[in-house]
Amino acid sequence: MIKKLDRLRKFELLRTLAAVGLALAIAFILILTTSEQPIEAIRAFALGPISKFRYFGNVIELMIPLLFTGLAVSVMFSANQFNLISEGAFFVGALGSSWIATNFLLPAGVHPVVGILVAGLIGAVVATIPAILKLKWNADVLVSSLMLNYILMFLGFYFLNYHLRDPQAGDMASFKFPDSAKLMRILPGTRVHIGLILAILAVVLVYLFMFKTRWGYEIRMVGKNENFARYSGMNVFRVIIVSQMVGGFLAGLGGGIEMLGMYTRFKYKTLPGFGWDGVIVAILAKNNPALVPVGAFFLAYLRIGADIMSRSTDVSSQLVGIIQGVVIILVAAEHFMSKRKNRIIYEESMADLSAAKEAK
Amino acid sequence: MSSIIDIIGTSEFWYSVIRVTTPILFAALGALISDSAGVINIALEGSMLWSAFAGVVFSAWFDSAWIGLLAAIIIGALVGLMLAYFALNLKTDIILSAIALNLMAAGGTVFLLFVVSNDRGISSSLDSRVLPKLFTGLADKVPFIGPVIFGHNVLTYVAFILVFATWFFMFKTPMGLRLRAVGENFHAAESVGISVKKIQYQALVLSGIMAGLGGAFMSMGYVSWFSQNMTAGRGFIALAAKAMGGVSPIGTMIASLFFGFASALANYEAEISVPAEFVKMIPYIFTIVGLVVYASKKQSDVKRARQKQAEAATASKGGK
Repeated sequence: MIKKLDRLRKFELLRTLAAVGLALAIAFILILTTSEQPIEAIRAFALGPISKFRYFGNVIELMIPLLFTGLAVSVMFSANQFNLISEGAFFVGALGSSWIATNFLLPAGVHPVVGILVAGLIGAVVATIPAILKLKWNADVLVSSLMLNYILMFLGFYFLNYHLRDPQAGDMASFKFPDSAKLMRILPGTRVHIGLILAILAVVLVYLFMFKTRWGYEIRMVGKNENFARYSGMNVFRVIIVSQMVGGFLAGLGGGIEMLGMYTRFKYKTLPGFGWDGVIVAILAKNNPALVPVGAFFLAYLRIGADIMSRSTDVSSQLVGIIQGVVIILVAAEHFMSKRKNRIIYEESMADLSAAKEAK
Repeated sequence: MSSIIDIIGTSEFWYSVIRVTTPILFAALGALISDSAGVINIALEGSMLWSAFAGVVFSAWFDSAWIGLLAAIIIGALVGLMLAYFALNLKTDIILSAIALNLMAAGGTVFLLFVVSNDRGISSSLDSRVLPKLFTGLADKVPFIGPVIFGHNVLTYVAFILVFATWFFMFKTPMGLRLRAVGENFHAAESVGISVKKIQYQALVLSGIMAGLGGAFMSMGYVSWFSQNMTAGRGFIALAAKAMGGVSPIGTMIASLFFGFASALANYEAEISVPAEFVKMIPYIFTIVGLVVYASKKQSDVKRARQKQAEAATASKGGK
């Protein structure tokens, strides 16, 4: 039995790699057919991020928000709720931390901690709204969370315009953050900040929460079969609310950490898109927190590679959108390479059967 | 407050309500058709975006708005076909497939725009065409109503005609019946020999075509260019309009007009003495409220029906 699971897990890994490989192959074909300098473009895309220490630093910097939203979406999707609020939660989290940073005078060690905690709490609160609408009135989570994202964006801009806006900035942006509120840089020569350590910590804690605690078990059970969970006595309402709160907290935290780690003032002009990226990361990681870093690294590498490519050659960085789409579909497709999967299951079962016969 | 009433009193306002409703209505009818067959189409947003792009590119290449329209319809159908293939053949979760298709549309259109025209994000160098406006001469003939309903883009009239065509298709044709049967209970439909997969394929392609028309309107009517992510969530608003409108095309039309009204009001932000951010929020708040009202009404309807059934059951038992 254990051997069979092992082979299946290996197969899943192989399948994901095949999906990624196929998507990259499509990308290379697109580059070859549309670019006048295809070799340079592919080299910049594939090797650009490791060509300079600073570029690799960019990959790590980009990983930090992706880790948080990836974890957030993993937890929320584990309860089988297609809640896309992580986008809005990240945004209001970033705004909340900017508010703490610019409107309060706190000592250096405490200031960022309060900032990111407030960010997380705001995220947790907004993430429960779609879940409550669903549980109380049966409103579709996907649609209501999408709409709520836009509402949060406009609410955020209102708050920014009337409470945080620096009239001297010339543009719609908040006052500058004081040094006491900023997160410490930890890698000289890059902008990598202490948020990386917090993100790694979050990966470990969320993994333990999902797989080693009763809460996590209940969330996964509700996600797999809500009715079964209800009949075995779980409080499904509470479990779903908790899962969405944890997810929203993580997304909000990510927003706060990104803001205080990477920026000198709040200047988003639209939703930054990290929530959608979190969906991609969660799909790549199959909602497993332990695999979220792999998904986040892949996506960050892809983005930075595409950026370097579009700066140095004639290929647009939007190529990444196509790669992402292909990877998601193939990774999520049950029937992609399913013949091979069925053969593994068949072979292993036959082996089990003959082993059982011999034992007799 | 009085300024809002002033705005609502003008025929220009109602003209713009119909204009902004058009793309939402197309996509909402698409959502209605696919939902009726039991397959939710969240890729409407992506279909619209691809079609808006195709309309601009092909109308510029062939110097004809009609060829642009044809290309938009074909591309819309193709995206529907892709979603059907991923969801029904490869057994990818239909929501994830649609999210993937939307991502591909957002990136792919900008990528290809750069390839075909060297434009970054907006089709400024493509000399694209727009579809004609109809009945412009009649606008002055009827007071108030004339300027509201005449002089719209040809696709606006198509959208409202399609409301009735969809109603006829769904409730008066054998194929519409099969479609609804699959959506109601696909086991039952299968047992009487209907091919569920085939019907769902057709439904997704049809809904892709509807979204395609909406996309064509966006880039060849609403405005005369393509720009990055120009559909701006209309495909999602359409899903909400469908949810509010229930199972009837007329209800879907009313719900779409409702969103059109809210969006049109948001366009007048400058003249309303409320912070602009709140005015812009209106369509989205309406969507959520509408969604809750519709969903809770449906839920209580189901409860009531169940209660009646239970009462009837106990009554017949008592009779024995």
